[in-house]
Parts: sequence; structure tokens; C-alpha cells
Amino acid sequence: MKPPNFLYARPDTLEDALRLLSEHGTGAKLLAGGQSLVPMLNLRMAEPKLLIDMNRVAELSGIERENGKLRIGALTRHRALETSREAAQAEPMIARAAREIGHLAIRNRGTIGGSIAHADPSAEWPLLAVALDARVELRSTARTRTVAAREFFTGPFTTAAGADEILTAVEFPCAPQQSGFGFQELCRRPGDFAIVAAAGRVRMRDGRCIGATLAIGGADATPRHIAEIDRIVAGSRGEDAVVREAAAAAARVLDPSGDIHASAEYRRKMAAVLVTRALREAFASVAANS
Amino acid sequence: MSTPGFHQRIRFSINGRIVEREVPVRQTLADFIRDALGLTATRLGCEHGVCGACTVIVDGASVRACLMLAVQADGAEVRTVEGLAQDDELSPLQKAFLDHHALQCGFCTSGFLMTATDLAAHGAGSNETEIREALSGNLCRCTGYANLVDAIAAVLKEQAAKRE
Repeated sequence: MKPPNFLYARPDTLEDALRLLSEHGTGAKLLAGGQSLVPMLNLRMAEPKLLIDMNRVAELSGIERENGKLRIGALTRHRALETSREAAQAEPMIARAAREIGHLAIRNRGTIGGSIAHADPSAEWPLLAVALDARVELRSTARTRTVAAREFFTGPFTTAAGADEILTAVEFPCAPQQSGFGFQELCRRPGDFAIVAAAGRVRMRDGRCIGATLAIGGADATPRHIAEIDRIVAGSRGEDAVVREAAAAAARVLDPSGDIHASAEYRRKMAAVLVTRALREAFASVAANS
Repeated sequence: MSTPGFHQRIRFSINGRIVEREVPVRQTLADFIRDALGLTATRLGCEHGVCGACTVIVDGASVRACLMLAVQADGAEVRTVEGLAQDDELSPLQKAFLDHHALQCGFCTSGFLMTATDLAAHGAGSNETEIREALSGNLCRCTGYANLVDAIAAVLKEQAAKRE
């Protein structure tokens, strides 16, 4: 239960980090908060030749609101997002999701960029990024590009990031006026990974939904945005029949796998239950806010 | 930036004392605290961030010492359970643990104390549900949770009364 031998570098700038990464390629691994990577090192599930510690790259931390977007530096800790007034004003679901991540000591160290790059299909940030159609910024020595979160996750623990790229920021759209969100997570104890989780937002005008988005985590190879649910819910008033139809669509579309925590069938059923709850919560919160 | 290596010289403060050593970069902060500094109150249970026994405070925030490398503590202020008592006077939380029989075998105690110290420092409320949720990251295999919750609630309540 001790990490394997590796070389260690601690760059102070993104430029130095990118250079190291381009020199060492797939033999290098980036260390952000370390709350997933260090257990993997301790368990010898990861044996990098070089560990590039990103924690001193100050330019990667911070929360900024600009042009209707909330830009979050990759190294921003979960705890900072849980307590940030700026983030809560721009998109209240961020603090709501942050609260569910691990425990205080984990949230004090873990980072949003690390979690998204790690791409655990049950984790909160990947789910939120997909649900809210966030964009992920990737830098290499050659270029900067942004990828929609809905295209970034390609499988369990697998992403569209190249071996020479560093995830530098995540950009969330700010929550629109007259909208409400629902965030529901099923786990056995607070702080556990979700067995299944659902996150969604509905936008209303004159009592009718004019736009909806919903995604489910833990019930497929990646967090899944289910466009069919968006279509079912749009135009409705959030009636019970509509919510039930949306839940049925989730159960139909998802392809969960079973493991020690829950069977595939249980996950499918719970996904439908959580979609129901998340949509009801979202509709109720618009009513409460207006 | 120095060139990548297997060893690095670090300097940091632990319980108010400055320490300067060369460390293997693969060594966790928990192993460094226990093996190199001989501060063995910090315990290692699971060594992958689940049990909370190795919780210490780094720059004012509780962290898992098994999930941080010693080399990452370079320049930081680290506090372990050995740093809680001042001039042989136990901290209020340590006293409360004693008064409420909040320890049985004692293996998990340091981790619980450091988690509770972080909670108390951030002005957490003494609501039992919140305390239980905050303690969910620390495991006590004697299952002495009721007394742990009572001890911590008593300190947080007293703290809140003082603030008013």
C-alpha cells in the first residue's frame, strides 16, 4: 500500500508543465488534488514514470464570471466551489453538487479539473458538466481548444483529452432567469460515490417549460445527457404524466452495468426514480423562486 | 523549477517546529510524519483515503495524510494531534473526548480529533445530523459513534454560546 517509485516535478507555471508533459508523453501523469490518483498509486493501479504536480501552478485556480459564463480554473478545490458566493449566484447547482463529494478532508484537496479529467462515471462534476452543457478547455504546447463536456467523456475513466493536453478550465453557462434545478443522488452513506445520480434544469415562461436539460450519472459508461427527456419535458407544466414519461425514457435509454454496489437492473430502476425526483424538484424550485 | 528527481529537500512547519529533510518523493505525508518524525499518533488504516485515521491539518484545512506526498508539504504548516495540547493543557475537544468516553481502542481517535478541530475552527453548528454527516469520513471500528458525536456537539455548543 505504498506508491511505486516515480520521478517528481513541481512546475510553477502552466508553460513548464506543458513542456514536461510533451517531453514525457504517456509516461507522465498529472497530479492535481490527488484524491483519486494517490489511492491508485498506493494500490499500484497507476505506475507513472513521472508525476507532474500541478498544485503550484497558481494560474489554474479561480472562479470568474464573464459574459454569462462561469469559468472555473481546473485546480479550484471542491471546497472552494462549495463555499463560493460567485459560483452560487451564477449556478446554484454547483454548490449543491460540491457538497455531495466525499468528505470535508477530500473536498479540501480534490479539484474540479482533476475530477473531470479522471472521468469516473459516478462522480458529481462530470455529471454536472454534462447536465449543464459545460465546456472543457484543453491546452497543449501547440494549441488551446475547448470541447463540449457531452463529447469529452468517451467511456469509464476515458476522455477525449490527448496525452500532451492539460485540462485547464471548465466553463459553465450561468443559470437562466425563471429556471429551477433538481439534483438527486442515491448513495448508502453521505460522501460515498453515487450509485445513481440525476441533475437537471428546467426553464419556464408563463407556467410552461421552454427548455429543459437532464443528465444521469452512475448508470452508463459516462454521464448521459438524455435529449429525449428534454423533448418530453419542454412545453409541459411539469405534470405527473410528463415526469413519468421522462422517467420511462431514462430507463429505456440507459445501459447500466452491475457491480458489487448495485445490479444493472437496480441502477436502471433507480435512474427512473431519480429522474422523477429531480424533475419534480426542478419544477418546484421555479415555483418557489417566482 | 528543479529537474525531476526521486528525492527532494523539503522544509515545513509541524506543530510549530520547523523541519528540514530530504525525502523520497514517493513517500506519503503520513509515512513521513510517522517514520521520519516519529509522530505516531497519526494512524494509517486503509492507506487509500477511506478511513480518515490519518487526517491532519495542512494550512488550516483537514486533509488525508495518506493521499498527500510528503514533498507536497514543502512550505506548509502541518498540525497533527500531538500539536493540539498547549503547554500540557488538553484542547477543549480532547477534554470533551475524555469526558464523554469518546474513545475505546483509540486507533481512530487522532483522525476524529483532527476532523473535529477543522469543524470547530470553521464555526460548524452543533446540530447532530450535521455532525454525523461531517464525521462520516472517519471510521470507528469499535462503533463508538454516539459518544464521539456527544463530545463534539458539547464543544461546538459551548463555542456557539461564547460567540453570542
